[in-house]
Amino acid sequence: MAYVAVKGGEAAIANAHGWMAERRRGDPEVPALSTRQVEEQLGLAVDRVMAEGACHDRGLAALAIKQAQGDLIEAAFLLRAYRTTLPRFGHAAPLDTGAMRVQRRISAVFKDLPGGQLLGPTLDYTHRLLDFALAAEKEAPPEPAAEIPGDAAGRLPRVADFLVREGLMRREADSGQEPPDLTRDPPDFPASRAARLQNLARGDEGFLLSLGYSTQRGYGNNHPFVGEIRQGKVAVRFTPPELGFEIEIGAITVTECEMVNQFQGSKSEPAQFTSGYGLVLGRGERKAMSMALVDRALKAGELGEDRTAPAQDEEFVLMHSDNIEATGFVEHLKLPHYVDFQSELEVIRRMRSTAGTSATGSEA
Amino acid sequence: MSHDPGYNFAYLDEGTKRMIRRTLLKAVAIPGHQVPFGAREMPLPYGWGTGGIQVTASILGRDDTLKVIDQGADDTTNAVSIRRFFARVAGVRTTTRTAEATVIQTRHRIPEAPLREGQVIVYQVPMPEPLFRLEPRLAETRRMHALADYGLMHVKLYEDIARHGHVSTAYNYPVMVGGRYLMSPSPIPAFDNPKMDHMPALQLFGAGREKKIYAVPPYTSVRSLDFEDHPFRPHRADGTCAFCGARDSYLDEVVCDDQGSRMFICSDTDYCESRWEPEQ
Amino acid sequence: MSFPLLEAQGLILRFGTTTALDDVGIAVHPGEVVAIVGESGSGKSTLLRVLSGQLVPAAGQVTYRDAQGQPHLLHEMGEAALRRLMRTDWGFVHQNARDGLRMGVSAGGNVGERLMAIGARHYGDIRAQATEWLRRVEIDEARIDHLPRTFSGGMQQRLQIARTLVSRPRLVFMDEPTGGLDVSVQARLLDLIRGLASELNIAVLLVTHDIAAARLLAHRLMVMRHGRVVEQGLTDRVLDDPQHPYTQLLVSSVLAA
Repeated sequence: MAYVAVKGGEAAIANAHGWMAERRRGDPEVPALSTRQVEEQLGLAVDRVMAEGACHDRGLAALAIKQAQGDLIEAAFLLRAYRTTLPRFGHAAPLDTGAMRVQRRISAVFKDLPGGQLLGPTLDYTHRLLDFALAAEKEAPPEPAAEIPGDAAGRLPRVADFLVREGLMRREADSGQEPPDLTRDPPDFPASRAARLQNLARGDEGFLLSLGYSTQRGYGNNHPFVGEIRQGKVAVRFTPPELGFEIEIGAITVTECEMVNQFQGSKSEPAQFTSGYGLVLGRGERKAMSMALVDRALKAGELGEDRTAPAQDEEFVLMHSDNIEATGFVEHLKLPHYVDFQSELEVIRRMRSTAGTSATGSEA
Repeated sequence: MSHDPGYNFAYLDEGTKRMIRRTLLKAVAIPGHQVPFGAREMPLPYGWGTGGIQVTASILGRDDTLKVIDQGADDTTNAVSIRRFFARVAGVRTTTRTAEATVIQTRHRIPEAPLREGQVIVYQVPMPEPLFRLEPRLAETRRMHALADYGLMHVKLYEDIARHGHVSTAYNYPVMVGGRYLMSPSPIPAFDNPKMDHMPALQLFGAGREKKIYAVPPYTSVRSLDFEDHPFRPHRADGTCAFCGARDSYLDEVVCDDQGSRMFICSDTDYCESRWEPEQ
Repeated sequence: MSFPLLEAQGLILRFGTTTALDDVGIAVHPGEVVAIVGESGSGKSTLLRVLSGQLVPAAGQVTYRDAQGQPHLLHEMGEAALRRLMRTDWGFVHQNARDGLRMGVSAGGNVGERLMAIGARHYGDIRAQATEWLRRVEIDEARIDHLPRTFSGGMQQRLQIARTLVSRPRLVFMDEPTGGLDVSVQARLLDLIRGLASELNIAVLLVTHDIAAARLLAHRLMVMRHGRVVEQGLTDRVLDDPQHPYTQLLVSSVLAA
């Protein structure tokens, strides 16, 4: 009877899993995709999943993408759920991005600068035309890229440092406090900048992009310039307790963006530039830029600017940036809610009968 | 039964469980007060009961018997999924019988059969903040709780009565715990609210996405907000269960055919079965 | 002579290089209406915020005397006590009614909020009091369930006054309560405030740049300029026989207008 049909039960769940697995595989005539292929040929998807999944492991991210049928939020979720079960050995020393082995480094505020402009791999100057040669699967292996001069050349000076040294830019003070760990400490408002940046670094790219964009359209405008974007490998250093000294445990690719923003000055401070900061695992340049815009917008309070726009509202931004949290809560509306709905039905019927309307309406 | 050797008992590592148990102790010590905790990512999506699962995982022992319900029923998909999760990662005994369970994890209902001392009921909570529709800012609601500044909640009830003649909140109906903290009972129907008052069992509430835990210790006063001349009244559909004939239980309305015929059945499947089994 | 309800001495506050308050003192006695006048930037609004506990001065103290005659140092009371004070013994009427009203809550709910905040739990009583207060501020009681946003500016301001006075505060702060209203509406509102303040024996601390409003309402007047009190005294005395050149200028500019 109807009652039995509305209850799902174990069989239905098992069937759903089976059907989903079949969907994931697609036509069995078509060769299965290897995670190596995903890792090598869908590299930017892998980067995004690592950033939002907050776990640097290309192989696992590729597996998650394959398992999630290319749904990147689902893939990030898989990676997060795996990451949470891993034992913690401690935390790495802060990344020294000044010593990054850069593959790309550009500044929009100076024509040239010490260390030079390095265009690196980018789509910035590409015409977005569908390349039908790729569809024909007769792809010629690309010419190997020329060695980038200056790579591994040691430290590259930062644009922001030039401005700070000249007194034109606010120096970011180190609060000296141990940064909170947002995977362990519940959020607290007002949040520290360290907590803010952690949150943004793994926040949803689309959310940050829209918020950053909104600041450019007048909702919390802060006149941004790209001070510098750099992309490349940085060493991860860690002090194992049994050794007692720091060792390099590997290198990861990150993208860093520093925005230079106008600031009118306040009653207590003269006019100067301020900055917004973005750092993302992998080659997430769009996100690093968006993050820097939002970071700057969130400084409105401490700079004495009016906080009127969504991007300047710390609680609003930080509580809604995480796509794993957001997707779960939005999608949980699919779960049965019939008990609550039943009580709403009763209330609506009661209201309609007190209002004198027939609950059955104009039934013939 | 044994648990999956690939995971620690009840999934979470012991350090995390200890952290959650410390949070629970604090929550029990301040009834109705939301205690922030470092909620972990779980293999279930947020909104599917990640808070309840973490609380259950932290208090579960090998000798416990677990019951999981969603909408009052043991056989709804999400209840089945969570019960299977714990059977796999903790290997504990599971049951659908309210009386046999030592730990009951629930979404949206309190069982009809009165709970007793020694039992624990764990509620899955989507939005722990009872004031969030009136004031979305956590910094501000935290201040309101600290100062017991709850006039705004009464304004909402006043508005309901002025507009509709009665309070229009049908579920997630706010309660005062121990005469001090305003608390969300989670989205249970208002019908279930009176069961929370002076309940002999321990009531724990877990909100994973919002990273909050709160509790009502046994035999604590839980009052649904109301006015003296508009007292709180729990409502249920005015019907009789088509299976067991119950007139006192919370009922689901089921549409039976294309003509829109309906019938009512108990939302609490265990309660319903326990009533008609002896007659067989 | 009774003790002052509110007393302040030696208040100093600077914003950067601007001195907002420079050694300001004031006393407000029960039932007394005191007006602080001055042009914008004179420090009068800052003074109101310091006296009502919203700003902490760099130096000086504010003493509040409760209904039992006990003195309390305002800036040492703590936020909880201050909030309680603000919803019981004190009230605040904002220049912009939107800052003082809940625009999404009915007129009745707006008036009833303070009653509920101090423990009223009888719907019928709350509604009866709200009805009575709407009548007192000359709002048609049939509009008790309407939202304030459907009200005119003058009505919104009168609703704000009803909402503030319903709990019978002993002291009410008013920040330019007639600002932004038409002249005819202003006169009616001032009349209403004067009537209610004397009927209920409420002390009022009024900040205004409007000398005419001050003359109509205030028993005493304080003239501020550049963060200092340049002259004070009985309203009629100050306005009819101003001593300080700045007061003379203020008064003459009104007469000239």
